[in-house]
Order: sequence, then C-alpha cells, then structure tokens
Amino acid sequence: MQVTMTVNGTEYTREIEGRMLLVHFLRDVLGLTGTHWGCDTSNCGVCVVWLDGEPVKSCTVLAAMAGGHEVRTVEGLANGAELDPIQEGFRQCHGLQCGFCTPGMLMTCRALLDKNPDPTEGEIREAISGQICRCTGYSSIVRSVRWTAVHEAEARNAKEEVAQA
Amino acid sequence: MTDLQDSKLTEFEDNDQKPVGFGRMLRKEDARLLRGRGRFVDDVQLPGMLHLAILRSPFAHATIVSIDTSAAEASPGVKAVVTGETLKGLGLAWMPTLSNDVQAVLATDKVRFQGQEVAFVVAEDRYQARDALELIDVEYDVLDPVIDVRKALEPDAPIIRTDLEGKTNNHVFDWETGDEEETARVFAEADVIVQEDIVYPRVHPAPMETCGSVADFDPVEGKLRLWSTTQAPHAHRTLYAIVAGIPEHKIQVIAPDIGGGFGNKVPIYPGYVHSIVGSIVTGKPVKWMEDRSENLISTGFARDYIMRAEIAATNDGKILAIRTNVLADHGAFNGTAAPVKYPAGFFGVFTGSYDLKAAHCKMTAVYTNKAPGGVAYACSFRITEAVYLVERIVDALAYQLEMDPAELRLKNFIQPEQFPYTTKTGWVYDSGDYEPTMRLAMEMAGYDELRREQAEKRARGELMGIGISFFTEAVGAGPRKNMDILGLGMADGCELRIHPTGKAVVRLSVKTQGQGHETTFAQIIAEELGIPPADIDVLHGDTDNTPFGLGTYGSRSTPVSGAAAALVARKVRDKAKLIASAMLEVSVADLDWVKGAFQVKGDPGRSVTIQDIAFRTHGAGDLPDGVEGGLEAQICYNPSNLTYPHGAYICVVDIDPGTAEVKVRRFIAVDDCGTRINPMIIEGQVHGGLADGVGMALMEMISFDSDGNCLGASLMDYLIPTALETPDWETGYTVTPSPHHPIGAKGIGESATVGSPPAIVNAVVDALKPFGVRHADMPLTPSRVWDAMRGQATPPI
Repeated sequence: MQVTMTVNGTEYTREIEGRMLLVHFLRDVLGLTGTHWGCDTSNCGVCVVWLDGEPVKSCTVLAAMAGGHEVRTVEGLANGAELDPIQEGFRQCHGLQCGFCTPGMLMTCRALLDKNPDPTEGEIREAISGQICRCTGYSSIVRSVRWTAVHEAEARNAKEEVAQA
Repeated sequence: MTDLQDSKLTEFEDNDQKPVGFGRMLRKEDARLLRGRGRFVDDVQLPGMLHLAILRSPFAHATIVSIDTSAAEASPGVKAVVTGETLKGLGLAWMPTLSNDVQAVLATDKVRFQGQEVAFVVAEDRYQARDALELIDVEYDVLDPVIDVRKALEPDAPIIRTDLEGKTNNHVFDWETGDEEETARVFAEADVIVQEDIVYPRVHPAPMETCGSVADFDPVEGKLRLWSTTQAPHAHRTLYAIVAGIPEHKIQVIAPDIGGGFGNKVPIYPGYVHSIVGSIVTGKPVKWMEDRSENLISTGFARDYIMRAEIAATNDGKILAIRTNVLADHGAFNGTAAPVKYPAGFFGVFTGSYDLKAAHCKMTAVYTNKAPGGVAYACSFRITEAVYLVERIVDALAYQLEMDPAELRLKNFIQPEQFPYTTKTGWVYDSGDYEPTMRLAMEMAGYDELRREQAEKRARGELMGIGISFFTEAVGAGPRKNMDILGLGMADGCELRIHPTGKAVVRLSVKTQGQGHETTFAQIIAEELGIPPADIDVLHGDTDNTPFGLGTYGSRSTPVSGAAAALVARKVRDKAKLIASAMLEVSVADLDWVKGAFQVKGDPGRSVTIQDIAFRTHGAGDLPDGVEGGLEAQICYNPSNLTYPHGAYICVVDIDPGTAEVKVRRFIAVDDCGTRINPMIIEGQVHGGLADGVGMALMEMISFDSDGNCLGASLMDYLIPTALETPDWETGYTVTPSPHHPIGAKGIGESATVGSPPAIVNAVVDALKPFGVRHADMPLTPSRVWDAMRGQATPPI
C-alpha cells in the first residue's frame, strides 16, 4: 500500500506493507535511525516520536496509521547547529549515558515543557514514567528538564524585557 | 516526593569547566547522541544486506526428533535456512564458552533451555525472516527438565549435558576458599552465631539496546567485518578466529555505539555466529537483531546463588568469622564470563570490609535447564552476591545483638593502618579508610534524627526502615599472572599519537557502552600532557584500529586502561623532554614540566609547549642523537593488583501497612573511588547503579515455572524501575587513592549496583522489625512483604 506522511516538515510517499510498524518505516525506509526500538510491548519508550504533536510509541503504531499525519523525530529537534533547549539541558546535566533511550526521552520531555513550561519534579517523573533508562537512574534526566525550564523562562523574560523597552 | 530545588541547578551554571585534566567536563560523545546521530548496530545499513531471525525452543528440555525446513525455504524472500545439522557438517555446531565449557551454536541432539537456538532463517527483510520461522516444523520429544536447583544433583535427576562424554550428573564444579578448620574453631568459641538462608535470585541486565550483529564476509579478500554489540571486541575477534577458523588478521570486529551493556554484551552469543555463517552462506551482509524476549530468555543472566550464611561474634559485637555454603545455578551451559581461575568470580571477597579472624566458603555449581550466563549486570564478577551476603548477615547479627547496625559496622572495620590488608580468603585490599566514608554518609542522612523519627513512627504503628550497607569492591582485572580469559591475559593496550599541530589521537582496547570513555580518556591524556581534551580524539571499539586488550566490564576500564593511558602519555612526555632539551639547548636535568610545557629551571621565560615539540618532531632540522622523528608511543599495561573502591550507603523506606508497598524515600550514597577524573560522570555511574539496586531489591526477577517456562520474558513481566520507583539520589564522596595505580584511580562503574541492594533490603527488614522479621528475600514485592509481615517465609524460587 502507499502511505504519505510528513516527517520533520518533509512530506514522504512510500510503498509499504500494511503491517509495517512506524518505527521500522522511520528507521529502515526513511533512514531516520535516531528513533530506536527496544521492547515490542510499549514498555520501554525508546521509540517515542510525535504524532501530530503528541508523543507516541512508534513500535505500536502502524506506519499506515500515520498516513496523512505529521511526525516529528529526534532528528527534527535541533535547528541546524543549534540544539533545542531540551537537548542542551540533557547535555548540561548529564541526562544521557549510552544514548539509546535519549531520543525518546527528549521527545517526551519537549512535549511536557511545551504544555507545562514549569513542571515540578513529580510532574517530570510522571511524564517519563512510561520510559526506561538503564544508565542514569533518572535524577539527571529530571534535572535536565528543570534546567531547560529555568533557562527557557529566562529566555522568555529577556525577550519580554526587550519588547517592553 | 521531595521537590527538586533549582538551587541544585545553579551549581551547573559554570557547567563546563573546560579542565585541561581532571574535573567536571561535559561529554564529547553527547553531540551525536543528542541529535539522533549515534551509530548503533541496528543503524548499520549495507548494500544488499539481508536479515536473520532465529527459531528458538519452546521447551526447556527435549530431544529433537526431526526438523523440516522445506516450507520455510520456499517462503518469499528467504535466502537460507540453517539447522544444527548444517552446522555440524561445517564443524560449527558447538562453540567454546568463556568458562571452558561448550555451548550449542544451534541445537543438534536436544534443546536444553527454553529459548535455545534451533535454526535460523536469512531473508530479504526482517518481516520475511520472521514469517519463515513460523513455517519450520520441528518435532520434539519432551524430556523432564531440571528447574529447581536444589534437586539438580539428586540421583534420579535427568542428565542435561549428555553431549559431554561420560557425564552422569549435573555437576559443574566445586569451589572452596578460606580455612574450613580454623573457621570451625573460631565459630566454636564464639558467643553468638547467626545463620540465614539468603537467595540472590536470577536477574537480567536488560540493556535498552538488545544484542545483535551485522556480518559482512568478503570472499575475495577472505575478510570478515563484524559490527556487533560487544563490550570486548578484541577478545571476541580472537575467539571467532579460534571457532570459525578464519585467520585473526582477516577478522575486523567493530563495536559501534553500544546501548548499554552491564555485562550482557560480554559473552559471544550463538546469534553473532549465525550472522557470520549467514553471510558466508549467502555472500551478502547479514543483520541479526534479537527482540526483547530473546534478550531476556537466552542471553547472559546474572546471580542465581542460594547462600547459607553464618556469622560468629562476641556478645559485645566483635565479628570473628563468616562462613557460607553456596549452591550456584549456572544454567544449561557454563557460560560464566570470569577469569578462568575464578569459577565463582570474585565472590571470595565475601569477608567484606571487616577485620575477621577466619572465613570459609564452599560452593557447588550445577547445570539446570535454564539459559546460560551468570556473570553480568554490573556485578564486578560476583561481588554483588558477596556484598549482599556479608551486608545482610551483618545486619542479622545487629538484630540479634540488638545493636545499631551502623555502630556494629564501625566497630569492625579494617583500620587505615592495616592496609594493604590481606583478607582471610587471600585478597590484598590495596587501600581504604572506611570510617570517614561511613561518618559522612551518616551525617548526610541525619542518621540520629532518622532513628528518632523511626521510633516516633513505630509508636504510631507506621512502618519506616533505615538500611545501611558498607562495601569494598575488587575491580580492575587483572594481573596476568593469575587472571586470564581462555588464556588471554587481562591486560590492556593503549596507543597515543601526537599530530604535528599538537592535536592527538588515543586508541583504546576498551569499549564504552555509555560510561563516557571519549571524555574521560581525553581528560587523562590532558592531565598528563596539557593538551586540551577537545584536541584529543579517543578511538575505541574497532579491532583493526586499536591495540589489543580485554574490553570493558567488571569496572576495569579506568583501573587497567586508564592506567595504560596515563603511562603512554608519560612515555610521550619523556620523549618530548629530550626534544625540548635540544630546542632550549639545556640539559634534560635543567627542565621543569609545567602542565603542557617544559621550561628551563630558574628561567620560566624560556619554555616550549608540547605543541611546539610535536611540530619539531615532524619538522625540518636535526633531532637529538638517537631520537626518532614523530611523537607517539604505545603500551600494554599489566596491573599489579586490583583496585578496591569502597562506599557507605544509607536507604530510608516507608512501607504502606495496608498494601505492603515499599517506597524508597531517600537514598544516600557516599563513594570512594580514589582519584576522581570527571565528577559528573562518576555521579552518573553511581546514579545508574542505585536504580539497578532498587530494581533488584524490589522488582526484578527471572523465574521459571515447573516446566521451565521463563516467567520474565518481556518487560511486562520483568519489571525495571522507572522514574516513579526511584528517588532523587543524594551522593557524596571521599578520596582514598589507589597506591599502585598511576593516577590513583579506582573503578566506579559497578559500585552502586554492588552496594545498593543490601541497603534497600536492610531498610525493608528494619521497617518490618515490629513483626519480628530478621530476613526476607529479594525481590521485596508487595506480596513478599505482605507474607513477611504475617510471619511467612519467602516462597522458594
């Protein structure tokens, strides 16, 4: 069957099997290997991407179901050489070690901050509770999100001050 | 849940200190990993690449009567179907394990655990390969399995290893350490003896990236390129040469980015060999990537020790001796990845951090119809089991003596002046200063205040527990005189090359799986040579482009390879000094090294930098007599001893008396890993291990039903902690440098995995004190805690 979807702002049309999973479509068909695969059972979350702005586990979404929709992956986070603030937060606070769960974590945390720019520790933990990281023990991921929240707030305030002046 | 204070974040404001040497520095490897540009094995795409899938046994023990592959061979896209019979013809049906046993590459005679490899299919895509598996028809004759390890040596137990000539039982080995007689004598004179039966259940490292490989055999060059999820690329290459008969120089093993290892990626798995055979047979590159269930049911598990622990002491709390009897479940093949002279790994350090009069351990290892493995999950070669044993039995003694567990430990520590300290089982602890570490943890925890709070809560019927563990690790295997894996000495090579412009490349034999080698090793070279870490490229994980060495596991990278890096840099510095003396026209004796430059003694204005020297070594003009051009060196470092990091951990738990759910409220970890290279990375290593501890103590277990069906075969059944089960870790440190390591560093990668389970279990048992509980077995799930509260023993595994 034919499927057409927008991934990171670019529209792709490809011929695929109806049973193909979105994670395999992204990785094997489009070559976007930043999204990982880890468990088959929706437990680990290394495959999280955005579908129309909502984080989903791409190992349990058929590529066909994403047809006509917008997908955003970790490759679509940075703006050229400039990292998204959530990526910078992970870098500053050692929010990653092996880097395998990181793309999924980044997508979930970016979505959280877009909805809730000042999340508490509890809210951050809740947001990433469907995802597993074996390396960091999570504290540094929580700190990475707080770092990003604080720095994005500062950036917003600075912008407002400029606008007022 | 405590609210994270943003004040904690302000200390990161000046986050990247850009140290030329040791200190907090952001990681070099993050740039690619944050952008989704990491290159993991499953990301490797080669032209014409085929996909491999493995058919696995549904039974724990069964004779293979027949295999019909005809329908699978006719399935769309299928290029090859291979069975054990095919491999037998090639002499490849069996391969050696890391413990001098053999393991089936594909089963020929019978299957010996659920999930064992029976056949494989190579097809054009991964879906087609999986489809064809369904069409392979295997007829099995099911046999009684050996599942309960306690029954493995009964006279009528089914014999698992009928492939081993003359094998008439399921015995793997007996092992003993310490002095049995002397220990019995000390026990006989003791005021108090406490005994507990302690189970360390089977668990699994379950890295987020499963195991896999891409094999590309070029028949014209006769060269095999193998991308694989390996923590030990060089050791693997040598073993492939031995197993497959391909000359070693014609094999290139590439371990690209690895998505976590934790010991799971040390052994050679049949799947890696399948991909090699698949590529040879089809003439195309072949990718094998296991799924999560395959990872959990067939690859290297961890622990599975049943331990009887006894401790002898005086009435006033002086510990005299510890003895233990262990029954070890090694699964169907002895695939333990440990130095060959240490069949029980480094379990011999079960005497812990205490000054004893005697100790003894007797162990029997047996085969069962379960997956092979045993040494994995950040265990430091079985030190997890040893530390759990000693820290649990010391707590049971504290309970019996009605002594505070912190006070009991403080009273029995090996004293600083006793180092180097030889334990009663023959281990030479290189250094340690335990009391300050323990005191710091107690101060950070507010120990006395916590005990007061606990007393008040107990009076109200609330269940709060405080658990302590104090550990000494033995890491950095190891001296080649007594440590090798299949005859390969456990040394590590390192090569350092300074380019003409003063930039550098360092090549390691070890392999990061997330530990940050690309940063840490650049910092070691920077510390020694004064070249900024940003100017140093760290290469690793490619056998054609790095020196030989045994790889990364058992917390050995910094103790062994880190030492090699420091010493290779010093070799370069020694040569640079000769050139500096010529450039400055003074004798070598008149030069001082200030980080990054040589200057003339008493005339600091006259100096040359390491970069100046590098250019000179490649430039025009004469060099001093006998000095070759170029500025590079290589080394193979053989450690003189292991390093012995230590730590004090305190855990605070609350238990809901209505549901028996355990909540880890606080966890304080004070670690001493000697000289600290990058504190940020060290803290990260500790955090990850602490989460492992929560998993093992409260959630994780690979169990089996009586037919041998694995009950932990997916992440829905094998529960790994998430951000909701783990607290915000509180860490601290002391520094006791290793006296024999060139920079005084000790390993840190596994300290927290080793040290945290007993702290958590001790906290739970402490919370259950009002119920008269002195011991309960992991994992302390609500149902097990509920049983313990009602005086019921933990059910056997």
